[in-house]
Amino acid sequence: MRSTPAVRARGISKWFGRVIALDEVDLDVGAGQVHGLVGPNGAGKTTLLGLLLGLARPDAGSLEILGTPARQTLVVPDGVAGFVDGPGLYPTLTARQNLAALASLRGTRTSSAVDDALEQVGLGDVADNRVRGFSLGMRQRLGLAAALLTHPRLLILDEPSNGLDPAGKQHVHQVIGRLSDDGVAVVLSSHRMDDVAALCTDVTLLATGRVVFTGPLAKLAAESDENDYRVITSDSAKAAVVAADTPGLRIIEAGDALVVRGPVLAIDHLVIRLVGADVALRELTPVVSPLEAAFLALTHTESPL
Amino acid sequence: MSATLTRPVDQPAAPFVPAYRFELVKLLVQGRIRAVLLVCLLAPAAFVAVISQQSSLPTDTVFGRWMNATGWAGSLVILAFACSWGLPLLVSLVASDVFATEDRLGTWRHLMVAVRSPRRIFAAKALASLTVTLLLVGCLVASSIIGGLAAVGNHSLIGLDGHVLTAGVAARTVVLAWACVVTPALAFGAIGLLGSVLLGRSPMGLLVPAVLALAMNLALMLPVPVAFRLALPSNAFLAWRGLFTEPASSGPLLIGIVVSLLWTAAATGLAYVIFVRRDFTDLSNDGATRRTLVAAALPLAVLTGATALVLAVASPGSTGTGVEKSKLEASLSTAFSHLYVLQTRELHRPSVTEAQLETSTACDKGGSRVPDHGPGNDWRCVVTWRLPGASATGSAIYQLDVTADGRYIADGDGPKEVNGSFQVRTSTGDTPNPLWQLDGYVDLLDRN
Repeated sequence: MRSTPAVRARGISKWFGRVIALDEVDLDVGAGQVHGLVGPNGAGKTTLLGLLLGLARPDAGSLEILGTPARQTLVVPDGVAGFVDGPGLYPTLTARQNLAALASLRGTRTSSAVDDALEQVGLGDVADNRVRGFSLGMRQRLGLAAALLTHPRLLILDEPSNGLDPAGKQHVHQVIGRLSDDGVAVVLSSHRMDDVAALCTDVTLLATGRVVFTGPLAKLAAESDENDYRVITSDSAKAAVVAADTPGLRIIEAGDALVVRGPVLAIDHLVIRLVGADVALRELTPVVSPLEAAFLALTHTESPL
Repeated sequence: MSATLTRPVDQPAAPFVPAYRFELVKLLVQGRIRAVLLVCLLAPAAFVAVISQQSSLPTDTVFGRWMNATGWAGSLVILAFACSWGLPLLVSLVASDVFATEDRLGTWRHLMVAVRSPRRIFAAKALASLTVTLLLVGCLVASSIIGGLAAVGNHSLIGLDGHVLTAGVAARTVVLAWACVVTPALAFGAIGLLGSVLLGRSPMGLLVPAVLALAMNLALMLPVPVAFRLALPSNAFLAWRGLFTEPASSGPLLIGIVVSLLWTAAATGLAYVIFVRRDFTDLSNDGATRRTLVAAALPLAVLTGATALVLAVASPGSTGTGVEKSKLEASLSTAFSHLYVLQTRELHRPSVTEAQLETSTACDKGGSRVPDHGPGNDWRCVVTWRLPGASATGSAIYQLDVTADGRYIADGDGPKEVNGSFQVRTSTGDTPNPLWQLDGYVDLLDRN
């Protein structure tokens, strides 16, 4: 028995005609790790997840999944499960029929495995309802249940929190957390940094097919040297003058609430100067989280502000 | 995290039987398929049972005039309807959607991950659509036969040359006729698979077999060369009529079956090649490109041309329309003789055989300025016959409406007691006069 990474990608590239979807991507995911793939639309997340599920093979580079080189399309090691581009369910079938068909295709013992998977994602009560009537969140959970049928060691999930209400999201997060505790490697994509922050230990940021960051979440937060902060004071006009004089700080928006951009050190100086100028500080909050700021900075995406 | 992973074996592709069963379930749970199944199960029986009891019968449809005489005619009327548009429409509903539905639902990647073999997915889908198509055809057969037998009974059937098929022979021949149209149905099913693979989520894929069948039916209504006619799979939808002559006109039927099988193999093969080459990670690609459309249409056009060429070389007479004066004369003489004997029996006249009648026919198309060949409703034939012991000959005139597929309706105009009246008085009452109007069939390939 030797320790083997769940995913080891080195310099993998994938082209669709003249369009490059992935450009020399490196990725390492260890057992029990929950690894987030984040990036704007068209960054290559779904393509990368598709390669991990064996839907295609890379045009260049090397990819090992559970220690086995991926050389052939649709040939992946036993223990890989998941979904890309939606959970892929048949609306005319019931939740149970959808899972039973998949279990049968996988040679799994049907009824107990299906019931167990449905219970795990909290859909046991609606097992015999047609999927047509399911909400997006319920479909996402059913997609997760389908992936759980085979007791995976590498779970690939494309936007698993998409459409989930807070309770559903908590349910999915608990399932993923439990799987991680059991040593299952999880690779998931998301647009939402709060989901990634809640679930993932490591993250890879993709932009136009290239990796712009990969590593622990804490390191990503530190990557962001500048952030936007909303400042509310007792005298906004005087506060704007003080902010303009503070080195390393730029005013993004002036008004009753002042929005400034700069590193944490400059913000510290601003607070000290405001107090020195007899301006009371009533609120100081980051406009976006540090993780999101890092994401926006690294992927050159505009802040929603 | 210190968990370790052992080197696993590759996931095997899913076994074929569960994949096939899954495809079958996906088809059979669709409301549309269930509704069609119900219609196929109930509508033919109801139609045959109701129409058989009417005084006005669908005489324009082959065997329609015999619907109140035998239960077997009703099934053949349904067969004729099914062949003109019903079967291509049925296979459109089943086969044309079997791949496209995955594009619409966005389930391809999911299915690929579950089955792990495009070949197996293709085979499972093709076999599932074939199963459902056969199930629908089986419902049509059973329903139309049961409806006919329940409403009219198990009686002998008059063939397209006027000869009598006993109830047992009629039963076998009707079932055989239905079996023969399964091959063109398969051909259109394969075209449906091809359309479904080619056109992805476009609803146009659903219409491909129906539109192609309509186009081919329109072509077959024209006086095109026999070789070209026989090279089209839809011709096999008409060729079963040859089973109802004596001897059976098997040439066009066998060619129709072979052509249909060739189309089935070609369209299925093309669909398979296009399907397994598709890149399922490319979200923008649903298989429908102009290049693949041409790549699929061209081989089928070449197949049609090559088949027509082979037939033209193998059978030199097949370059014409196949509707010839001599064939019509022989066919009408035979039909008249058989039906005269039938009429004699119904009227309890002194018995006579076909040979004793020495029937002969002289036909002319449209007068002296029109060549005596080709389809049209301007054929005029004079039938003469001789009764045993009588010195004079009888004669009757028929106006023939001959269609390009070799079928004709002969409308009688002669002695009232022979073919001048639509009814004859028998000991049990007035019954339809078999000689007043009759259906006939000319073998277009026959070099008579």
